[in-house]
Amino acid sequence: MEDFEPVIIAFVCNWCTYTAADLAGTSRLIYPQNVRLIRVMCTGMVDPQYIIKAFLEGADGILVSGCHPGDCHYINGNYKARRRIKLLKEILPQFGFEPERLRLTWIGASDGIIFAEIMRDLAAQMKALGPNEAKLKMVI
Amino acid sequence: MATTAKIGVKDQDFLASLRDFFRSILQLEDISGVLAPKKLPMKNIVMPTLVTDPENLEGIDPLAPCFPLNAAKVVSRLTRKPMGGKVAVVLRPCETRAFIELVKLKQGSMEEIVLVGLDCLGAYKNTDYFRFAKENVTESTYRFCKSVLSGNGGRIEDIDLSPACKACEFPIPDNTDFLIGLFGVDTNDHLLIQSKTTAGDDIISRLDLPEMEEPPDRQEAVASLIAEHTAFRDNMFAETREAVDSLEKMTTYLANCVNCYNCRVACPVCYCKECVFVTDVFNHDPSQYLRWADRKGSIKIPTDTVFYHITRLAHMSTACVGCGQCSNACPNDIPVMELIRTVAQHTQKAFDYEAGRSLEEDPPLSVFREDEFDDVVGISAVIA
Ligand code: SF4
Ligand code: SF4
Ligand code: FES
Repeated sequence: MEDFEPVIIAFVCNWCTYTAADLAGTSRLIYPQNVRLIRVMCTGMVDPQYIIKAFLEGADGILVSGCHPGDCHYINGNYKARRRIKLLKEILPQFGFEPERLRLTWIGASDGIIFAEIMRDLAAQMKALGPNEAKLKMVI
Repeated sequence: MATTAKIGVKDQDFLASLRDFFRSILQLEDISGVLAPKKLPMKNIVMPTLVTDPENLEGIDPLAPCFPLNAAKVVSRLTRKPMGGKVAVVLRPCETRAFIELVKLKQGSMEEIVLVGLDCLGAYKNTDYFRFAKENVTESTYRFCKSVLSGNGGRIEDIDLSPACKACEFPIPDNTDFLIGLFGVDTNDHLLIQSKTTAGDDIISRLDLPEMEEPPDRQEAVASLIAEHTAFRDNMFAETREAVDSLEKMTTYLANCVNCYNCRVACPVCYCKECVFVTDVFNHDPSQYLRWADRKGSIKIPTDTVFYHITRLAHMSTACVGCGQCSNACPNDIPVMELIRTVAQHTQKAFDYEAGRSLEEDPPLSVFREDEFDDVVGISAVIA
């Protein structure tokens, strides 16, 4: 377990969290390599199926991150995303997925430092949780 | 307001009285048709049938324990555009509730229909129904009704009601224009009819039916039936929860699923015109399968079986009305309804929603509020 490195998939919106990630990069802030960013136009387009698929493929943690309430460039995509995360937090734990593996955050475009901090936190938490069952077992 | 009246029964033949009743409805000048379960002339099965000629009402059999499909979809087809006439639609309570979900999704309309509900006595799985009805649909319906209404339950010899019906807490129609009551009613003498809307009121008054008081035993009969079903349901929830509470167990639960998607086709509230699982989205590149197989040494094909089922839970469990048609349609006897309902119980509760309860309640994933569910936001947010 010592050398277990979690894989974290982060769906980040183009306008806020991706911009923050970019800022973190250009500011040369260090954050763990466990995080794989997937840029989407808005958190409102992250259908539950993408999250489910990622978990079943063995992702240890999944983050959906977008603009703060009121700041979504498509007005309300982040509110819709919040309902979908709520929904998935009701469903996934029924099948043994720890609810901690799925996270939603709001990280604004200028929050480069916060972005790097959250990624570090998340990586440490997922490492402590251990590998997702889907990685080890046969999933049909 | 709510009028309670009776439909007289002659020679203890309540099916004949029901037919006569629908005939009198069809004769009202503003009613162009009756949509109701009817025995097909060529085979011993009962199917939703749109009748416009009163002569064709022979064979109408809304109490047969036969539930080949959820007719909400049929009504959706009839009402997606103006029909040009009013139709009295006879549905089971779960069909009405599914139709309400479809209307909210703009896949149907209440404009040109009069909704008629009967107390639901339940139904058998399709394959069981054929064994039960054998050569004589009408005779078998009497046998079934007598058993249920005399308190002996729906199990006759080795044939029992479907698990969906045994777990159903809504055997009494709600949200219809009127209901025809059987539980706690002396059905050898009369059937109960009760209006629920002004449209229902109007029809009852035009039919000139004698008013009556609701029989004193009715409430109690209904309450005890619901209590029995609820107990069955809770037990089903507990067993199913246990059976799928890890990914490994979920994989076992679904192991004989062949991804035929019959369960989705049969589901009245799977409303997408084209399901993502039949598009090319998951029609992966052939080389992908080799890579996947390499990862763990082998891979079962078709892939995406658990993925399909969990996605379906995410997409439509908030709309599930528990009709059981998914299980009915499965060629491999996978308890699909049990799984969906067990999860739907949580997803519907999370949004304070109940599928089919009201036309006024928005489907949870179609709306949002600015100030809600902050407990799922943030890096320290952990909810079980
Ligand atoms: S998921 Fe199954 S039980 Fe639920 S509404 Fe669809 S067919 Fe009926
Ligand atoms: S009907 Fe049965 S076999 Fe077909 S996809 Fe649904 S669960 Fe699988
Ligand atoms: S654009 Fe950032 S959440 Fe919608």
